[in-house]
Amino acid sequence: MTDSVYEISHLTLVPRRHIGRIVGAVAVVGILASIVYSFAVGQIEWSYVAEFLTVPVILRGLGNTIVMAVCAMLLGLALGVVFAVMRLSDNPVLKHTAVAYVWFFRAVPALLQLLLWFNLALIFPTIGFPGLFSVRTVDVMTPFVAALLGLGIQQGAFTAEVVRAGLQAVDKGQYEAAQSIGMPRLQMLRRIIMPQAMRVIVPPVGNEFIGMVKLTSLASVIQFTEILHSAQNIYYANSRVIELLIVAASWYLVVVTALSLIQIRIEKFYAKGVRPVGGEA
Amino acid sequence: MTNEALHLHAVGAEPLVVAADVRKRFGSVEVLKGISLQVAKGEVLSIIGPSGSGKSTFLRCINQLERLDGGAIFVGGELIGYRRVGDKLHELVDAEIARQRRSIGMVFQRFNLFPHLTVTENITEGPVQVLRERPGEARDHAHALLERVGLGEKRDAYPSELSGGQQQRVAIARALAMRPKLILFDEPTSALDPELVGEVLTVMRDLAASGMTMIVVTHELGFARDVCQRVAFMDRGQIVEIGEPRHVLGQPTQKRTQEFISMVRT
Ligand SMILES: Nc1ncnc2c1ncn2[C@@H]1O[C@H](COP(=O)(O)OP(=O)(O)OP(=O)(O)O)[C@@H](O)[C@H]1O
Ligand SMILES: [Mg+2]
Repeated sequence: MTDSVYEISHLTLVPRRHIGRIVGAVAVVGILASIVYSFAVGQIEWSYVAEFLTVPVILRGLGNTIVMAVCAMLLGLALGVVFAVMRLSDNPVLKHTAVAYVWFFRAVPALLQLLLWFNLALIFPTIGFPGLFSVRTVDVMTPFVAALLGLGIQQGAFTAEVVRAGLQAVDKGQYEAAQSIGMPRLQMLRRIIMPQAMRVIVPPVGNEFIGMVKLTSLASVIQFTEILHSAQNIYYANSRVIELLIVAASWYLVVVTALSLIQIRIEKFYAKGVRPVGGEA
Repeated sequence: MTNEALHLHAVGAEPLVVAADVRKRFGSVEVLKGISLQVAKGEVLSIIGPSGSGKSTFLRCINQLERLDGGAIFVGGELIGYRRVGDKLHELVDAEIARQRRSIGMVFQRFNLFPHLTVTENITEGPVQVLRERPGEARDHAHALLERVGLGEKRDAYPSELSGGQQQRVAIARALAMRPKLILFDEPTSALDPELVGEVLTVMRDLAASGMTMIVVTHELGFARDVCQRVAFMDRGQIVEIGEPRHVLGQPTQKRTQEFISMVRT
């Protein structure tokens, strides 16, 4: 009698229906389609977008954007590592200097910092070493230099916190094992600690790098001809505002996509010797 | 100290490690309350004692992972952590402390292999980066050491691919690669599954037989009895009893030692 309840092999299986999923998918596809449609029929001359995508002025702006993002990021990384190591030092002067640096440059908006550097001549008309040399500040503080300092130094403050988190994520036993084979502090940091910290550091730094690419657009306010500045220069002349903004946006998408791919490779590199999460070794 | 003098006389060897009234406090808690002992060249000393008695702290003081608050430690006749100039003691700078550590190997409870380096690279890192040996020679030496600890075929594996016992044997090879005068072991088998303890103890036995000076903090009373020339029983920051294993483990004179040994035995 009870056998019939447990005998189910002859029954037909009816798959569960995901009504919510179907409704959601339809809604999303509908919304996406209407957005695409409205851009297609809107007041956008797509031929202008195609035409201006590769004009020399735009490409030069693109080049400047990339150069600035890379240089500012390198400066930020260098400062970040130095200040993170200072922050974890036993020397109270070094430590508090690092704390103050992070506090100040994280708090003041990037745009404001750019304006400060660019207008440095108002405070120091000349810079140099008394008696040795001196130059007029306006000659040195070009838009490039001001943007590099402004973006790089504030980036260093954020990167310092990321690097510190990475260094602190490395097991205390690793520091002790490195010391026990007689490694001096800096060698230990370079050979043993940093390579392990990189696993923690790379993902957020990749994020920050992407942020930096976009942050370079702020430098247009101090006349640095990055890509947005170039696009603006063109649309001031031909009034094709939206088309040129789309040109700039397209290039940002390309650069950020390329960076994401590079980031994946770097993460793979620093995953050496680590078992993948959830996978067998 | 008279016992100590007697011991060295009996062994007939010069002391490699001399600890004199070593004191260490964490905050207001005095963790080491005046530890004095000597270890002869080629001797294997084990330190036993209840949890929190200061065994690890004492080992870490020898290797300067902790700073002393009082007393002194000499290794190979050299004062650890200080340089004597006339009647003044100058604290050593970072680089000099690192130099002193080179001749003292350390094996940790949790192995602490470098996870981003292969087994061979773990072993050659110190010789190449610190001792400036040639990479080819260091690699050959590493491979010979791996054969010695029975892991010849694991030379290119990463630590995460090894069992605990295998990792600990690599850690011993890493310490040996620095050609130390002395190796400190801090509960080298406590993090291992019972069936893996034997392979690590075997390596340590061979090492002892080869004449290496070793200080071994352990709960393996069998190892202490069979391999060590002397056993020290530590409790609450003091050495309660020290002597030959058959005395300290067989007929302890102190009540605290008796209690501890009967507790560990059961
Ligand atoms: N860095 C530290 N800061 C504060 N207290 C510490 C520190 N390291 C050790 N202690 C304390 O010092 C005492 C001795 O610790 P130690 O690790 O030397 O004991 P142990 O004999 O090795 O014990 P176990 O057998 O559990 O390893 C303990 O009470 C411990 O809590
Ligand atoms: Mg301990």
